[in-house]
Amino acid sequence: MIVRLFVRPPLIWQKCFGKSELANANKSKHACKHQESTVEVPVKEAMKKTMYQKIWDAHLVHQPEGSAALLYVDRHLMHEVTSPQAFEGLRIANRPVRNSHSILATMDHCVPTKVEERATLPDPIGKKQIEVMAQNCADNDINLYDMNSANNGVIHIVVPEHGFVHPGMVVCCGDSHTATHGAFGALAFGIGTSEVEHIMATQTIQQKQSKTMLVKVDGELSPFATAKDIVLAIIGKIGTAGGTGYVIEFAGSAIEALTMEGRMTVCNMAIEGGARAGLIAPDQKTIDFLKGKEFAPSEEHWDQAVDYWLSLKSDDGAEYDAVVELNAADIAPQVTWGTSPEQVLPVDAVLPEPSQINDLIKSQAAESALKYMGLKAGQKMTDVGVDVVFVGSCTNGRIEDFRAIAEVSKGKKVADGVQAIAVPGSYPVKAQAEAEGIDKVLIEAGWEWREPGCSMCLAMNGDYLQPEQRCASTSNRNFEGRQGKGGRTHLVSPAMAAAAAIEGKFVDLRSWK
Amino acid sequence: MEAYKKHSSVAAVMNRSNVDTDQIIPKQFLKKVERSGFGVHLFHDWRYLEDGSDNPEFELNRPEFKGAKILVAGDNFGCGSSREHAPWSIADYGFNTIISTSFADIFFNNCFKNGILPIKVDTDTLKALMDEVEANPGIEITVDLAAQQITTPGGQAISFDVDPFRKDTLLKGLDDIGWTLQFEDKISEYEVQHRQQLPWLWPSA
Repeated sequence: MIVRLFVRPPLIWQKCFGKSELANANKSKHACKHQESTVEVPVKEAMKKTMYQKIWDAHLVHQPEGSAALLYVDRHLMHEVTSPQAFEGLRIANRPVRNSHSILATMDHCVPTKVEERATLPDPIGKKQIEVMAQNCADNDINLYDMNSANNGVIHIVVPEHGFVHPGMVVCCGDSHTATHGAFGALAFGIGTSEVEHIMATQTIQQKQSKTMLVKVDGELSPFATAKDIVLAIIGKIGTAGGTGYVIEFAGSAIEALTMEGRMTVCNMAIEGGARAGLIAPDQKTIDFLKGKEFAPSEEHWDQAVDYWLSLKSDDGAEYDAVVELNAADIAPQVTWGTSPEQVLPVDAVLPEPSQINDLIKSQAAESALKYMGLKAGQKMTDVGVDVVFVGSCTNGRIEDFRAIAEVSKGKKVADGVQAIAVPGSYPVKAQAEAEGIDKVLIEAGWEWREPGCSMCLAMNGDYLQPEQRCASTSNRNFEGRQGKGGRTHLVSPAMAAAAAIEGKFVDLRSWK
Repeated sequence: MEAYKKHSSVAAVMNRSNVDTDQIIPKQFLKKVERSGFGVHLFHDWRYLEDGSDNPEFELNRPEFKGAKILVAGDNFGCGSSREHAPWSIADYGFNTIISTSFADIFFNNCFKNGILPIKVDTDTLKALMDEVEANPGIEITVDLAAQQITTPGGQAISFDVDPFRKDTLLKGLDDIGWTLQFEDKISEYEVQHRQQLPWLWPSA
């Protein structure tokens, strides 16, 4: 049997988008329409599926006519900030938690990262939130890694450490950085508190299918560029709204070459490109990572699970609504200069002149960002000094991130006047780093070595910038006030952050001795 | 949830793009364990001066925009965190409608869960609407969700798209969980089959 369908070869997309920003891929898609060709292919070809489609199909519980689809949720992750009102809603409606085994909870946003404050919890409102979380989990038989648990840490660091998310799952959390778990080939996305309540009550989520975008990064990355630089470069290219309405699948030889930690960093920031989720096909690295973890499939089911995971990869020739390609060799160490993650440049670039930006909205945004950041058009990033350096967060709070900053800091000293803070993503990360002597190297160099938590990524826990303080941060958002009112955030990789700590200003790692 | 009715109301203009959830409701206000009372903190860092008094330069503090239920804002409104405190604070402040060219995904979803109608219009339409309000600050515009139309005193009649399912739930003020639980038998059936196919996902496996 033969069917007719449109074939949109990736090359055509690449030509259409070119090097320019993919501000609205959908519009570009229509603009490209004349280049589409109609060909005849066997019906089997028409059924080629993307990984997203496969996971969607496997989780579709019900699709009532004219309504949202109901998707089954395998894993529900939880922290103290976005859950209390959901439990309150369940209590008021007298609804039980449907599958408490599907939930893993931690405390991360509000927890202090100083030992003495962890014992006393000086912020009474934060303390209440932590207590309410403990009570809600106890009342509903939910597995909680509380502040004093040896497993405690940032939710998106803790969950992979225990193998709680597997390829092919649907995973939700009241946290936009849930996208992290796409690194395992799970469809993982952030939700609001109403949806947290909805999942607890029904184990499903109402969803509309997203469009799919393939972001292909081929070639070899420079030894000075990292997963963080890849994802910042992608956001620089597509813009913070470029992925809105899409699920992004990251592929290509440079993505395959990343460690699982690196893949988590890339997927973590899919949301910063506006996407609902990021996905990376499971491979041997994924399997090796999960093997033996607490919540990994048992021996009895292991082979069956692995076969299933490896079947999830997008079929060759599956169609995407948009395709973006980058050459890894072109990716320099990146630094954001503004108040949106799309305002990012290679470290050796000079800051843009707003009047020379054609798009009026982007030009105005650049002008106000430069003003807020206390920077001038034409200035070189490598001439910009820093006051604070923060290494941690669900983006870059894993063991390899601390290995990277230890390597840069070994035998050197943090510059005078710079406060450098290293916050492990979890107690297991902290223990591993200490077993490797990383804490000693960092403390010797002048870093503060803290307890785990979200810390200065969003500054809810007492770690925050003073107005106009400038921070090189390995976190994910450089919004106005994100790290403290008036604070100025520059997003970078861990190695770039560490080099900035040593020099007291941004440096180009490629030419730094 | 309150049903969304046709209404005429003051429209406030916020001509900024990429308004993020950290601005809508800064993190120091996320520690409450209740859903109510966030309106006073909406846009806190822009809205108040150091001494806690109103910042006269902030759009929403303009006397003409007092009591506005409709917010007309720039591109990519609501980007950033998943915090539902953002729509809670917007609703608690009094807005029930936001008009923009684009919204961030999670924020857009969260609006419907809280009786807020986010309306997407094209760039030219948004500009014309902003221009009319700026020229006559304090005018009331009418939003009719059932007819999917915005009308202005200046004679603009703007049709907009809305997902039929979301339209229906907003118009009826329906509770999402109650809606889904109509299909509880389907969920149970799915679970039996899912458990057979992927037994390792369950604790006994």
